[in-house]
Amino acid sequence: MACPPASQLSSFELLGFGECGWGDTLLLGLGNSIMIALGAYALGFVIGVFGAFGKLYGGPVTRDLAAIYTTLVRAVPELVLILILYYAVPGALNEVLLAMGQERIILPQFITGVAVLAFVQGAYQTEVLRGSILAVPQGQIEAARAMGMPTTLIARRIIFPLMTANAVPGLGNLWLNATKDTALLAVIGFSELTKATFQASATTKAFFTFYPAAMGLYLLVSLTSIYAFGRIEKWARKGQRDVRG
Amino acid sequence: MRALLQPHRIVLILIAVGLVFACVTQMRWEWLANPKYQTLLVEGVWRSIWLTAVTMCIGMVLAVPIGLAQAVGPWYLAIPARVFCTVIRGTPLLMQIWVLYYGLGSLFPAIPGIRDSVFWPLLRQAWPYAVVALSLSVAGYEGEVMRGAFKSVPHGQLESAKSMGMSRFTILRRIWLPQAVQRVLPTIGGETVLQLKSTPLVSTITIMETYAVAGRIRQDTFIIYEPLLVLALIYMAITGVIVLAFRWFEMRLPSRTA
Repeated sequence: MACPPASQLSSFELLGFGECGWGDTLLLGLGNSIMIALGAYALGFVIGVFGAFGKLYGGPVTRDLAAIYTTLVRAVPELVLILILYYAVPGALNEVLLAMGQERIILPQFITGVAVLAFVQGAYQTEVLRGSILAVPQGQIEAARAMGMPTTLIARRIIFPLMTANAVPGLGNLWLNATKDTALLAVIGFSELTKATFQASATTKAFFTFYPAAMGLYLLVSLTSIYAFGRIEKWARKGQRDVRG
Repeated sequence: MRALLQPHRIVLILIAVGLVFACVTQMRWEWLANPKYQTLLVEGVWRSIWLTAVTMCIGMVLAVPIGLAQAVGPWYLAIPARVFCTVIRGTPLLMQIWVLYYGLGSLFPAIPGIRDSVFWPLLRQAWPYAVVALSLSVAGYEGEVMRGAFKSVPHGQLESAKSMGMSRFTILRRIWLPQAVQRVLPTIGGETVLQLKSTPLVSTITIMETYAVAGRIRQDTFIIYEPLLVLALIYMAITGVIVLAFRWFEMRLPSRTA
């Protein structure tokens, strides 16, 4: 079946599924966006945990390196960082592979995108987690040390449970940033939601069908996340006294 | 100075100097001497700074009523302000820029008579769309910040102003707004840096700011990394200037710490 020209289709038909609709393209883009955001956020969290502990409890060299990392990443626009890393990461990897006598490889765009965004997220998460560790009452850590707990046990039993409540609001904001930062990958040609919207509207000229629809999808993700993080914070603050008294 | 002279820091500084030296000698920098690229870069940096400054100012002017409406306004003002902030903060800035430029921009030529009007030379260019999009973004984020700021001014200040017989506008101008702004000045400093970091997005709608200039140089010369490194350095330098400027500004404001 041949599709009629896009100008003859209604918004519902354009957003629908099947041959003439772009609904599946948009939803695929949304799926890509969420996958990248999840991957980058999880990887960024790992970097953040190591960065925060390194900054607080590491040796002098670790501290300085972590400080350089967070300062540099937060001072340069994400778009510039993404572009630098997008070329540098596969380049460096191939240099290493060639030096080891292996073949060149082409990294899938998805993995590069996740790695690049995780590198950026890691710097911000380091700062959020560092702040929330600092907000853990010092006496709790000292008491654990006095009980003879080793450092990893203190981290697992005392610091992690107590810092969670402080970290959740900041981490929630960073998750929202991660979902929105995936749009930047549109600039390097990755087909996530923003790019899919751009393609759909450029082809059909139905700008005011696709952009509001895509914005609605982003808003849906944001609002669900805000609600979810609110619930998580409530759970994490279980047993804490309400400040309002 | 003593903080820099610890043994491990000296080693780190030596490594950094070595890296910079290697970059300078090993990489290709001859394009920096080309006067064509020099003018382009200076113009680009000027556009980035100009965009950041102008959109921050317009956005802050819009943010004050939005914050006020959310903090104390009646429901028919509070709800639209709320929705505006949620939409701006919940969708990517890149998408907002594209909606205005590709969406609205494609709508204007269809309006009869607009090509002969005085607005047409303006609507035909890209920068008005960039300014509007970036300003609205600032208004959305700062509107939320200002809401908190207006609410955090102690009630006694407003009550005593009222008992002095000040009109509502005078209270806002003399008591409420100055104290609210003073409270959020550090936040606004941080947001200005964020705003600078979002200006590269307007390069996607053909505005030749710093990021676009670097892209152009990369296309012309086939040099991949060097223009990007210069780009990162330029943004770091501007960020440093913004941070220092706000620190100086905060120090000048009289504040009483209890």
